[in-house]
Amino acid sequence: MHFHKYEKIWLVFGVAALIVFLSVVGVSAFHQGNTPSGGHMTIDPNKVRETAPFDQPGLHEKEDGSYEVAMIAMAFGYDPGDLQVPVGEEILFSVTSEDVTHSFSIVGTNVNMMAIPGQINHRKHTFTEPGTYLVICNEYCGSGHHFMSTEIEVVEQ
Amino acid sequence: MKDVQIVRNDRQLSLANIGVAYLAFIIGTLCGLLQVFIRNDALKLPAWLDYYQILTAHGLLLAIVFTTFFIFAFFQSGMSRTLGAFGRKTSVWSWIGFYVTLFGTLLIVVMVVSGQASVLYTFYAPLQAHGLFYVGLALFVIGTWIQGFALVGHYVVWRKRHKGELSPLFAFMTIATIILWVIACLGVVATVLFQFIPWAFGWTDGINVELSRSLFWYFGHPLVYFWLLPAYMAWYIVVPKIIGGRVFSDSLARLSFILFILFSIPVGFHHQLTEPGIASFWKFLQTVLTFMVIIPSLMTAFSLFATFELRGRELGGRGLFGWVRKLPWRDVRFTSIFVAMFFFIPGGAGGIINASFQMNELIHNTLWVVGHFHITVGTPVAMTFFGLTFWIVPYLTGRVFTKSLQKLAFIQIATWSVGMLLMSTAQHLLGLLGAPRRTAYTGYAHDDAFAWFDGILSNHVTMAVGGSILFISAVLLVYIIVQLWWIAPKADQEHFMTFPIAESDASTTPAFLENWKIWIGIAFILIALAYTIPLSDIIQHAPPGSERFQTW
Amino acid sequence: MKKPQQQNLKGTLISVFFVGGIIIFMWVSVYFLYVSRL
Repeated sequence: MHFHKYEKIWLVFGVAALIVFLSVVGVSAFHQGNTPSGGHMTIDPNKVRETAPFDQPGLHEKEDGSYEVAMIAMAFGYDPGDLQVPVGEEILFSVTSEDVTHSFSIVGTNVNMMAIPGQINHRKHTFTEPGTYLVICNEYCGSGHHFMSTEIEVVEQ
Repeated sequence: MKDVQIVRNDRQLSLANIGVAYLAFIIGTLCGLLQVFIRNDALKLPAWLDYYQILTAHGLLLAIVFTTFFIFAFFQSGMSRTLGAFGRKTSVWSWIGFYVTLFGTLLIVVMVVSGQASVLYTFYAPLQAHGLFYVGLALFVIGTWIQGFALVGHYVVWRKRHKGELSPLFAFMTIATIILWVIACLGVVATVLFQFIPWAFGWTDGINVELSRSLFWYFGHPLVYFWLLPAYMAWYIVVPKIIGGRVFSDSLARLSFILFILFSIPVGFHHQLTEPGIASFWKFLQTVLTFMVIIPSLMTAFSLFATFELRGRELGGRGLFGWVRKLPWRDVRFTSIFVAMFFFIPGGAGGIINASFQMNELIHNTLWVVGHFHITVGTPVAMTFFGLTFWIVPYLTGRVFTKSLQKLAFIQIATWSVGMLLMSTAQHLLGLLGAPRRTAYTGYAHDDAFAWFDGILSNHVTMAVGGSILFISAVLLVYIIVQLWWIAPKADQEHFMTFPIAESDASTTPAFLENWKIWIGIAFILIALAYTIPLSDIIQHAPPGSERFQTW
Repeated sequence: MKKPQQQNLKGTLISVFFVGGIIIFMWVSVYFLYVSRL
């Protein structure tokens, strides 16, 4: 197998670029905590509303002062339907679905979480600007998919 | 000397596959046209038809049916051309495989048309289509396996007769693609047979959604390489012949296909980066493997430019880029595929972005993905297939690709390119702004959503204009095919269309490249590494299964 | 045919680096968009 000299230059350059890309996202993810949403907790998809924290959907301030939002996605909306969260605080979103697959995606942010029945998805996000944020479902979920949205109001405390 | 046509049976087999492919193509593109008009509020559908039904048909007919049938037509005619006429067994099994694939397709279409399968081509659980929809999918895959194994049989016979020889590049690449396809389908066959069918018919109560998604995407990514590799075959083998050149490097061409077998499968998690149930470590491992599969594409880019430059210089091109002008731009068989290749530059670059771990959150399930699709499978692959169609149909029917048809063909690829450029640019930009994919309307009452469609390029009009141009282009293409199939004048000895296969110097190509056992073995080791632990985790920590839902 | 080492492929080298440039430009742009939304 013979590589032309220029092809070697090209492949070394290309592979180096790929390594740089991977290093940048890898360090950002695992060193600075910017991993995409995920989680390792399962839930009975038929008993979502009987299982904590989804028995009380909405914003909770935990004992250590941190915030968690329990969010149920369903055809074709979200519970809670209206949500207020404080600006500048780290908020843990916990999302699941009580029927088919949906998403919980906050427009204008990097929060873009799949809502998978039987699984709980987690992601932390801090809103830096107050205002009204649009939340949409971007995973096809049925005839009302394009109506499935809600808003989050981010307020000064 | 006239290129001898392949035997009648093999011609008819290829033509049958091409016929189904373009029937699916024209219906699928019509669905696409309807979609842009519905989204634009310019069209109201009758009560018995809905947007998501049309969207399901669009995806299945174009991404699955058109591509697969065309690919087999290309493989069958090319294998007959390079290895000789099919024997009885290959021929019989190819026909059986064709009819099984066709029957599966019809079953799927009937279910979608009757409104019992508006689950889109990803058919994510726990959306539950009619059980026969999944049976149709299984038959489709089995049919392609039969056709694939028939070709493998033809290849094995050839190798027995040519002990110690490397097979022709076309045959090698065909077999590599079939190996990739068969291994990839194991995932979708497993989920359809063991999860969806028993669940849809009510034999089991619940379905493990995350497992079904992971098995689907184990299949879903190599699926895109199953589309891409036949296009690469055209780029590596057909295009050099059309321009009068040679394959740049036989061994590197083969090596790149081996790398695709190894690295295009253990990467499915990069479609699942934003979902729970898979640890970050495994997502990142598969991200790294995904980046490995970029390398053979970088090699391909170099090989192709080198082929062009060497030929252009042979024809007297001087200076740094004088060779570009010497290429046969007036030959639509070349120009169509050249433009298709160009679309793959932003297409491939977008793919790297999609796979870049947390950056996926930015674009996941937004219109960006739709745009990405249309400048990967929708143009580089599809337009390469158009470029092949322009000669493969007259080659099989013995007719002339007349001057006037060639002119139409230029208009066809020009309109396809412009339409795609407009539509996919709009989709990419809208996606970055957060506009979701797969929605009938985008009527969210919020300033962010209103702003999506105020851009110069990012607006509904651009998308609708793009979509309309594309449909006109599709109609034009089908018109050209009808002409080439039944109407254009019969070719005499001198004007017979040839099947262009470039010369490839295999004298220094190492034989181990064709030792499939090694490569299949390594492929399975990589798959086991990437999937064993996370998949068994999903199975062991399975939540109670999900019920059946029909929300459309 | 000339030995591969003597083939003049300067245009090819520039062309592939043009491809590399597009890849890097697109990737970096989207990365900065991601960072701006952190």
